[in-house]
Amino acid sequence: MSAPENSNDSFAPFQSRPDLFRLLCQAASVLTVLTLGFIIYEIIAAAWPAIQKFGFDFLTNSAWVPNRDRFGVLPFILGTIVSSLVAILMACPLGLAIALFLSENFLAAPVRQTVRFVVEMLAAIPSVVYGLWGMFVIIPISKAFGDWAVAHLSAIPIFSGPAYGNSLLTASIVLAIMILPTITAISRNALSAVPKTLREGAYALGATRWEAIFGVILPTAAPGIVAATILALGRAMGETMAVAMLIGNSSRLSWSILSPSGTLAGLLANQFGEAQDLQVNSLMYAALVLIAITLLVNLIGEAVLRYTQKQTAGIR
Amino acid sequence: MANDAVFADSFMKITTSLLLALGLSLTVLVTPDAHAQQISGAGATFPAPLYQRWSVEFNKVQPGVKVNYQSVGSGAGVKNFIQGVVDFGASDAAMNDEEIAKVKQGVVMIPATAGEIVYAYNLPGVTNLKLSREVMAGIYLGTVTKWNDPLIVKDNPEANLPSSPIQVAYRSDGSGTTFVFTQHLSAISAKFQKDIGNDKSVTFPVGVGGKGNEGVTALIKQSPGTIGYVEYGYAKDSGLAMALLQNKSGNFVAPSIESGMATLAHVQLPENLRTWPVDPAEATDYPIASFTWLLLYKKYPDAAKLKALKDFISWSLTEGQNFSQELGYIPLPSSVIKKSKAALATVE
Repeated sequence: MSAPENSNDSFAPFQSRPDLFRLLCQAASVLTVLTLGFIIYEIIAAAWPAIQKFGFDFLTNSAWVPNRDRFGVLPFILGTIVSSLVAILMACPLGLAIALFLSENFLAAPVRQTVRFVVEMLAAIPSVVYGLWGMFVIIPISKAFGDWAVAHLSAIPIFSGPAYGNSLLTASIVLAIMILPTITAISRNALSAVPKTLREGAYALGATRWEAIFGVILPTAAPGIVAATILALGRAMGETMAVAMLIGNSSRLSWSILSPSGTLAGLLANQFGEAQDLQVNSLMYAALVLIAITLLVNLIGEAVLRYTQKQTAGIR
Repeated sequence: MANDAVFADSFMKITTSLLLALGLSLTVLVTPDAHAQQISGAGATFPAPLYQRWSVEFNKVQPGVKVNYQSVGSGAGVKNFIQGVVDFGASDAAMNDEEIAKVKQGVVMIPATAGEIVYAYNLPGVTNLKLSREVMAGIYLGTVTKWNDPLIVKDNPEANLPSSPIQVAYRSDGSGTTFVFTQHLSAISAKFQKDIGNDKSVTFPVGVGGKGNEGVTALIKQSPGTIGYVEYGYAKDSGLAMALLQNKSGNFVAPSIESGMATLAHVQLPENLRTWPVDPAEATDYPIASFTWLLLYKKYPDAAKLKALKDFISWSLTEGQNFSQELGYIPLPSSVIKKSKAALATVE
């Protein structure tokens, strides 16, 4: 009933535990890799008939006609990439501005905490809610802008008409809002991690606030900001529900961002339920293409990240 | 030490009584289910709201029978039915002969309810728009592009038709609705059959795609100048204007429960009950209507399950039909019900 006298003995079992723990961790990580491998294997197996039949033409063919067994995903590949890039173009400056605002001492800490909380709350909203909100709020705005753009700017191919409510632009606007918390949160962390000595040094040399931000703080935080952008791009490319509800799901190629378009994820969500035979194989092939694109984006992101890290290594 | 023994003793007692209580309550929870007859079905999404309502209402009549219907889509429903993982399937496109051949026990297809597909449109100030057969196909072929196209004006001389472009809405997901719709257009237009064809998902040269009937309904509702095809119930619920369509005999017929029932009553059902009024010929027929089918095996090894299933379907074909109209489905005409019941009787 007293405290243990020989504390060494009672520690003995603990000393053997790290091995068990290590084993568990190893098993978990191996399992993760195996799961990914298994998923890819399954998708390739299911896509095989389509891969054999269409080969690389699948990527360059723009006709997706299930009832004629003609399948090509070029419009969906372009739709996926363009809608995500337009979203990044809108979300990146905004997200970076918010991150700067939250990491520098423009305002009292409690106000910053509140704004930060609200922005991060955006990530908790389910995708289908974004879709519904986009339908009832963004579509009328986007359509009004589209009609105006067609009337005044139709000389530029990307604004050629007629303007639709469900369009690439509408989907991109909603995507931009959906990826805003990702960009903001990660960029803010990167900006906050800039050493205090660097800021103080900049100010000590007589830099104004703007000079300090653009000359010292942003370049130092660049790797983190790049990482934020790449993660956000990945999220935008894989987004399914909201995009399927807003983009218009069309397989026609068009220069105009005011026309309906389609994405790979949206195509899968739309057609998988009632698909049969070769259409199932082709949808699996499309899924494989989507995985490949996101993988490629991540690899490019990793490369850019390493490059910028190397560039900024001296000042960190 | 004595204290410990007392503690252990009371601990044991508490644990035992807790376990007993848990066991008892589990028994109470499980027992009714053990006696209940579970029937599982899967298939078409279009009739799902009605089938699920039937399941709830039938459970009130026969509390011992639980029908679980999953709306996985017609294609998946047929697949599950062939694999034998469900007790019944459901499909808007019935089953083709090749699929039927894969089911060893044999298949009985029973029309359970019906739907009507309408051209719903959003054109403020224009009601009772009349669409000729040529226009119906032309809109989806992209050859009729403006609301004041001479072909539309010809049949609607009084309507104040704008010069704005026609925005076309279609189903982006695979669906029985698209199957029936493109089947009719293929029948009335050779160009449509050649360029677009007939399937559960096709590729139209114009327009925007919405997911599900509700998606297309939303597309039409949101922007004036849009027209699209949806099931009658959805258009009616959202208060959309519906066009009068020209039928084979040249008359313009408005979509309604009555015109739908009349059309279906004129259908000559073959022995396997699988047919579509592809292009109905009677003067009052509404052009685009279709049954949706329940798929049953010819033989069920489990007598209790067979009885429960037959009770459910025969109830659905009688009392069940009363729920159709409020959910936007067309109740089966009595001639069809008679044949459906005769088909049900062959299931054993």
